[in-house]
Amino acid sequence: MHLTAVDLLIIVSYIGFVLAIGVVLKDRVAHSADFFLAGRSIPAWVAGLAFLSANLGAQEVVGMAASGAKYGMLTSHFYWVGAIPAMVFVGVFMMPFYYGSRARSVPEYLKLRFDEKTRAFNALTFAVMTVFSSGISMYAMGALLRLLLGWNIHASIIVSAIVVLVYIALGGLRSAIYNEVVQFFLIVFGFVPLVWLGLRDVGGWSGLAARVPDTYVRSWHYIGSADANPMGIEWFGMVMGLGFVLSFGYWCTDFLVVQRAMAADSMTAARRTPLIAAVPKMLFPFIVILPGIIALGLTLRPNAGAAPILPQASAGGYDFNMALPMMLGRYYPPGLLGLGITALLASFMSGMAGNVTAFNTVWTYDIYQSYLVRGAGDAHYLRVGRATTVAGIAISVGTAYAAMRFNNIMDMLQLVFSFVNAPLFATFLLGMFWRRTTGDGAFSGLIAGTLAAALHYELTVVAGGASLIGKIADLHAYPSDMAQNFWGAIWAWTACFATTIVVSLLTRARPATELAGLVYGLTPRIVDRQLAWYARPAAVGVAVLALTLVLNVVFW
Amino acid sequence: MTDLRLPLGLLLAFYGLVLIATGATAGTLVVGININLWWGSVLLIFGAAMVLLARRAT
Repeated sequence: MHLTAVDLLIIVSYIGFVLAIGVVLKDRVAHSADFFLAGRSIPAWVAGLAFLSANLGAQEVVGMAASGAKYGMLTSHFYWVGAIPAMVFVGVFMMPFYYGSRARSVPEYLKLRFDEKTRAFNALTFAVMTVFSSGISMYAMGALLRLLLGWNIHASIIVSAIVVLVYIALGGLRSAIYNEVVQFFLIVFGFVPLVWLGLRDVGGWSGLAARVPDTYVRSWHYIGSADANPMGIEWFGMVMGLGFVLSFGYWCTDFLVVQRAMAADSMTAARRTPLIAAVPKMLFPFIVILPGIIALGLTLRPNAGAAPILPQASAGGYDFNMALPMMLGRYYPPGLLGLGITALLASFMSGMAGNVTAFNTVWTYDIYQSYLVRGAGDAHYLRVGRATTVAGIAISVGTAYAAMRFNNIMDMLQLVFSFVNAPLFATFLLGMFWRRTTGDGAFSGLIAGTLAAALHYELTVVAGGASLIGKIADLHAYPSDMAQNFWGAIWAWTACFATTIVVSLLTRARPATELAGLVYGLTPRIVDRQLAWYARPAAVGVAVLALTLVLNVVFW
Repeated sequence: MTDLRLPLGLLLAFYGLVLIATGATAGTLVVGININLWWGSVLLIFGAAMVLLARRAT
């Protein structure tokens, strides 16, 4: 497909717009807290949409459509079992400690709650992970634009890196957050017509259901056993592995998203941030997963005279990653196509900006200020923050080029990151809700959980799948990658949980006076009876969960 | 720059106008609808509403 003048006008105005936001907000950055925390001045609805948008990278948007084409409505579990309950939990139960402790980052919370080594472990792994994953998504984006529009991959990578660099280096987190809100609306307005046109073309939901196997339009019906559904996972592994361990681990502890809530202007706003994000998040399966299912429907049973949407993959089967791009090509005329490409660019930039702002904060506060240069003036750390933005983006670009040349190394890195991430939620859960948890307990739990995840990977195989590294033994064969991944997370979480408890009981507890504001039971309860129900986090949380339950039942 | 709704509304309204102009001149039908015209109108209305809300707040 190729772009016309009107498409380019839309894309270029978007780039001009995001840069202008950075320029206008530059004057609002006087101190390091303005740069890294947006001066803790962001209203709840802005923080909420940014919370959602920072996670909506291009890989999420393109990947969820691919997953929709590959697994159908089962993909909705990533939202209706995974993300939403975790977002409600972090808002209602965890934000009082994150925001109330005045920690400037998630690793800093670990320092306040536990000790230096736990913070260092989390800060270092997080910093490395964020720059690498932003590089990997940069490469994915460049490759997609090359395939779709024939754009030069080097130009795509360099130009988008410079745009993100400019608006963050100028306006800091506030600039990233304001742009994320704009990006959120562009993603929604850019992709909704795809669903509208696609559904019209297949004859509505019932027309779609008639084109694909029944497993693709049901979320729960076929999840009783792993061999009954295309994802190869049974309900327990899904609910515990994806829902409880991985989703809570991501939404409740990943600084990329938590940073948006920490920037909110009050405790109530911080707690409402993930809850406000949960409302559109609940509806996102209709924007990102449904186009994938429609693409599959129009491939298995195309309309008379129309070609199938999904191309064949070189390895056999369909190339699911092309679901969203091919849908854009099929339905978007000049004009709307510009908006669709802008939505893709917006999702890419919001994801990348999320990584970069989280990275520069953790690097500056938790590594540089904590271990390298202590006690310098605030202006010094602000300069370091800006320099880190440049360095972080430079490393990401380097990673993008590495990903271009060595695909295996990138898969390896993502595998190792998944080992580190799997146990995290156990540490935070115990740290926040059990005052007896000690620093030694938390640290050894994290190490044990990471090792358990690695060991699980080394001891199990996926039936018919290839492995990145040699296995020690194959004690168990999982039916799919997903099943191996979810069960690995369950093992890692359990190892971390048990080890943290045992070691905590063997080591000396910190006195209760030092833990005020950090742990449940030693922190004053927040009283919000004076607020209207829709401003009370607990009430909104219950409403969000009830609506999610309805969605699960409707698409059962 | 105190209210994000103003620039956001202006950008979306601008996109709406561009799509309406494209739809009115090219008139391309997709699955039987002039999608540029329709979606451009949605963007214009949403953008204008954002601008109005921002103006009323100040």
